[in-house]
Amino acid sequence: MEPSLATYLALSGILFTIGAVGVIFKRNALGMFMCIELMLNAVNLTFVAFSRYYADVTAQLFVFMVMSVAAAEAAVGLGIIIAFFRNRLSIDTDDASILKN
Amino acid sequence: MVASALFFVFAGLAIACAISLVYHKNPLYSAISLVGVFIALSCIYVTLAAPFIAAVQILIYAGAIMVLVVFVIMLLNLDDDKPLNRLQYLYAVGAGLGLILLAQTFFIFYAVSKKPNQYIETDETVGKTLNIGTAMYTEYLLPVEIVGILLLMAIIGGVILARRLEPPKLELVVNNELERRNESEIEDEYRIRL
Repeated sequence: MEPSLATYLALSGILFTIGAVGVIFKRNALGMFMCIELMLNAVNLTFVAFSRYYADVTAQLFVFMVMSVAAAEAAVGLGIIIAFFRNRLSIDTDDASILKN
Repeated sequence: MVASALFFVFAGLAIACAISLVYHKNPLYSAISLVGVFIALSCIYVTLAAPFIAAVQILIYAGAIMVLVVFVIMLLNLDDDKPLNRLQYLYAVGAGLGLILLAQTFFIFYAVSKKPNQYIETDETVGKTLNIGTAMYTEYLLPVEIVGILLLMAIIGGVILARRLEPPKLELVVNNELERRNESEIEDEYRIRL
């Protein structure tokens, strides 16, 4: 007997929640970045579970797209983090407040 | 029964690694926890009959993206993450948002589990690389091309962001311009002589 679709959705929801809470709790830009990756993976799990239960390949194509977007996000996001570190010598998001006042 | 047991083992591993990712202050420990999540999810994909996605998960996420992240962590030589001193109320906001999301999750769980199990077609060949490749290069060719352009844009953006931006040095610009003009004047004289 295999676990039902709802079980996979529950696991995905728990992972997504942990990722969303992590984005709020982390002050480190890299930590936030990793929590976003965790959320993307939770969504991928949903896609694969639906692909299995409806026997459709489209969902797996979507997983592929999400992974490409994650790779692009990694390239640009880490570039931004390095550029920010070069100016401020820190990647604390509280230091990114130059536009505040 | 075996599939169920495997699922719960890897689901527990994924949740434990995810909590460890949020809990640890040191970014390197967080990164290693995230690799644990990726590997656990990859094992779950194998039990869901999606071997191609499982392999790509290991290759792209654990192999490429996390190596890049660990490389940046090592390059920047970071301190531990500091606690939220000025914004204490964000802990309450985060906990509230988390509870709402969890409630939503269990509502979905309840709604889906009330329906009869949708697991009717036992088509194990859906996740095979051949099927994915066929769909990718026939039916979904345009999206794949768009993703290619997106990746190209990301490469260009990454190069532009990582470049060291210095204000142009004025003397250098002026000297270059003067040299260019001298050369062109010399060329003009040469042409006149000819």
